[in-house]
Amino acid sequence: MKSVFRQGMLTQERIVLVFALVLFALYAVFLKGFLAPNNLVAILRSIAVLGILSVGMGIVVIGRGIDLSMVAVMAMATAWQLTMMNSGTPALTATAITFGFVVLVGVANGVLIAYADVPAVFATLASGNFVFGLIRSRFIVQDAVPVPQDATLLMDFGQARLVGMPIEVIMFAAAALFAFLGLRYSKYGRYVYYQGDNYQAARSMGLPVRPVVILQYVLSALVAWLAGLVTAAGLQSINTRVVNSTLLYDVILVVVIGGIGLSGGKGGMRNVVVGALLIGIMLNGMTILDLPNIYQNLIKASILLVALIIDSRLNPRDEQVGQQGDI
Amino acid sequence: MRVPESLSRLRYNYVPDHLIGEILTKRWADNLVPFLLLAIVVTVFGSAINGFFSPASLIDTTRQLGEFLIVVIGLTIVMLGGGIDLSVGSIYALSVFSTVVSIYMWDLPVGLAFVVSLLTGAICGAFNGFLIGVLRLRAFLTTLVTLIMGRSAYDILIIAFGKQLQMSPVMNDNFDFIGTGSFLGLPISFLIAAIFAILAHVVISRSRMGWHISAVGGSRRSAYNAGINVRRTVFLTYVISGLSCGVAGFLFGARLSGAGPGTGAGLELAAITAAVVGGNSLGGGRGSIAKGLMGAIAVLVMTNGLIRLGYGTGSNQLVLGFMLALAVVLDIRWAKNRHKVLAEIYVAPVHHRMSEGESALPNSGGPYALNDRLSAAAAIARGEVEGPEDVILDEDGNLYAGTRHGEIVRWFAPDYTRQEVFAHIGGFPLGLAMDRDGSIKTCVGAMGLYSIARDGTVTQLSTETNRSLVSVVDDARLRDPNDCDIGPDGRIWFTDSTTRYDAHDWALDSIESRPTGRLLVYDPRTGKTRTVQDGLRYANGVCLAHDGKSIFIAESWACSVHRYWIEGPKAGRMECVIADMPGYPDNINRASDGTYWMAWLGMRTPSFDLGLRHPGFRKRMTRRLPQDDWLFPNINTGGVVKFDETGRIVATLGDLTGQSHPMVTSMREHKGELFIGGILNNRIGRFPIPGADPDWTSWKSYWGTAATTEEAR
Repeated sequence: MKSVFRQGMLTQERIVLVFALVLFALYAVFLKGFLAPNNLVAILRSIAVLGILSVGMGIVVIGRGIDLSMVAVMAMATAWQLTMMNSGTPALTATAITFGFVVLVGVANGVLIAYADVPAVFATLASGNFVFGLIRSRFIVQDAVPVPQDATLLMDFGQARLVGMPIEVIMFAAAALFAFLGLRYSKYGRYVYYQGDNYQAARSMGLPVRPVVILQYVLSALVAWLAGLVTAAGLQSINTRVVNSTLLYDVILVVVIGGIGLSGGKGGMRNVVVGALLIGIMLNGMTILDLPNIYQNLIKASILLVALIIDSRLNPRDEQVGQQGDI
Repeated sequence: MRVPESLSRLRYNYVPDHLIGEILTKRWADNLVPFLLLAIVVTVFGSAINGFFSPASLIDTTRQLGEFLIVVIGLTIVMLGGGIDLSVGSIYALSVFSTVVSIYMWDLPVGLAFVVSLLTGAICGAFNGFLIGVLRLRAFLTTLVTLIMGRSAYDILIIAFGKQLQMSPVMNDNFDFIGTGSFLGLPISFLIAAIFAILAHVVISRSRMGWHISAVGGSRRSAYNAGINVRRTVFLTYVISGLSCGVAGFLFGARLSGAGPGTGAGLELAAITAAVVGGNSLGGGRGSIAKGLMGAIAVLVMTNGLIRLGYGTGSNQLVLGFMLALAVVLDIRWAKNRHKVLAEIYVAPVHHRMSEGESALPNSGGPYALNDRLSAAAAIARGEVEGPEDVILDEDGNLYAGTRHGEIVRWFAPDYTRQEVFAHIGGFPLGLAMDRDGSIKTCVGAMGLYSIARDGTVTQLSTETNRSLVSVVDDARLRDPNDCDIGPDGRIWFTDSTTRYDAHDWALDSIESRPTGRLLVYDPRTGKTRTVQDGLRYANGVCLAHDGKSIFIAESWACSVHRYWIEGPKAGRMECVIADMPGYPDNINRASDGTYWMAWLGMRTPSFDLGLRHPGFRKRMTRRLPQDDWLFPNINTGGVVKFDETGRIVATLGDLTGQSHPMVTSMREHKGELFIGGILNNRIGRFPIPGADPDWTSWKSYWGTAATTEEAR
């Protein structure tokens, strides 16, 4: 098994791709209406937000972190921005304030993790709850916030099509492309890989590991906000209850299934795209089968658990480079 | 003494700032911050909410506390073992469901329902334990996933059976009593939680399993190397956590007589915050049930308080998220920097002023004037022995000395070229004394008082004395046992040099110069050790007077020799015999002419004497300079001094070249020769004493003629 992996024939990415194609074929044969053009677009559309979030999560996981605050940032930052716009704040001011807030959350995550040595899971669990609590209790009055009618830019944006594709899909593609280029060709992108592979070695080499960690979390927060805007544009409102949904686990599922090992330093944006495709196809099929949400959640969680087990077998944790409190 | 010096003396000798360092070394010091937080939370919310302390309100709060506390205890145990369990919210909900189903659908008796609830919890916990303990998955993510799985399963079940449960005609009075009843004015659930907490505390702090859990949490690898079954231990912690959720879920089911869609939602965040805010360390090893208790109360009071004060949706997450982050940061920083803080502030020097005293310079004319006679001493075992702090000879003339390697080595008379390891002890043997039966009694640095029989068998005699009430450090422990001597009645008199520092840090004690050294006595008839005199600045050598009625004690950093009376009119009193010598005294031993030999481990210097008068200066020195740059007593030169019962100096011996015996820590007279040891030396000196009694041996001086020896054998 291992030797096959070593030869590069059976990378996890390829397995997942084959798996997605098989699933696609099965659905196409057995599910009525699955192959309809509208449904195919719907699949892409449904994975767009998930995919955008996964781009952000992918970057963080490559750098040996995890960002559990993404869904909170996505929903709450957007909800706050829309609330401000609804109450008459100029769109530009509201956007600027939100931008500042999102960057602040990312920096706070990064500082907690890089400078205070808090395990990423804890720091982002805490900050996610903090962000949700702060905005829900202080800045917005109800769970769902509509896009104001005069925000024509956002409205039009949601309806826009490019070469027949909904704008969400384009945004996902663009985000993945940018992340790909950044990770592959920029200096800091390489740094993310190095410090994800071996944090201590990267630090000893003199790489600015701490600023890079902060950069990662700022990026993931900004990407999360982008996902929120895309959602709001598509649905013309944002529902903050999404924070309590299993969206976050879907994101982790995409990243882990796609083949970005949780121990860091591995994988890339191709893995995110492939993972998102597989999950998108799977979810779409379940929806067509009219499986209730709670069953879908159970199935997704079980798959994620299996993925974690496989991940821990393929990418065993190295005790030499494991961080303190790395639980 | 000038006014500034008097003020500084007042400041440094009477303000007990050494206690800060001592408190910080205590394990319970970790609890101070959580306790303070708890006090603040209770005060703030207690005063902000009307009727917070009313009996009805308190009973309601304690009822909820019972359930919450049990969950937090389970989580604390998992964290102590180095893991985390986020799935508590789901396991709790599933347990509630199984309880309610047992009672209202299957009509089971309360006891059975309880078992069903426990089983549910245990099975879920075992699932987690298998994944994390056996398959070694990441605890956080794995339990996050099992949280979702459990929650989904619960949602499916509650939708399927919710109606049936609500419509159930079953009435179970016992079940309702557990939920709403009280015993002695306390809610049943709270009592159960209290029993659970005590049980958990005993198991964690007093049982093999608890120690295994702490060991695994502290260091998995060391625990594994020590032979602990790490995987099983980790597995067990999750089962315990599941069981706790089972108990808590049962109580919740009894209290509300039902289960709803939101049962247990968000419990994991509150429970983790409680455990961490209480001071339990992420990553394991440090934590306790008491910490879990404090965190649980603080978090429960706060979340309940926010609801009762009317803060809206989200305020709970706001506060919990903030507290969690803050507590984790504080905990991690503290765990990381604790030893630095301690090293920084532990040394707390006091003012000590000695009179200038007489000079020991050669040809200075005074009684202390050193000469160069010791440089002529012959060397035994040169380069073969390391650190013979004390030397002693038996009645056959064989020579014994302790070494840095934790052994007592024997050299055979008469030429002392043949050697063997007489006994291996494991700690650095310092003072030695020859007992009536030919066994050697020794003070082993950082260990205690030991006896080595003629055949080399090592027996531990004492490692503790009585605990004094006001001391913060555990002064029952023998930290630095230094020298011993044996009275005619067989009691062993020995010194414990300091209660503040471990044996290898003895130099730090000289910087501090705080009088914490003690004279102790071990009684072989009772096997007990008792403190007879304290307040000595590094109590060092002891020697029974020739008549056995009093005992001489060297007080190193005060450059004094005292005499403690064992019997006679002054029994139980200590008087100063020699004060303010020019050298730091170490061991004292009998001489053949009825006087006493005393070793000097170092010489006073004007600079360090001045430093002793300026505690602020020494404090700054320890804070700002690396240890290599500190001003220490001069231990590069010393010597041997002979004094009589009145404290008059009758002779001195020195090595001005510093080649053979720069510093001397011990000397023994034997048949007209002096055998000389030094804790930093690589040889034992042998020096013929002009005019000494060639038949006198220390053995005879203590235990009389050979006849008594035969008798003792």
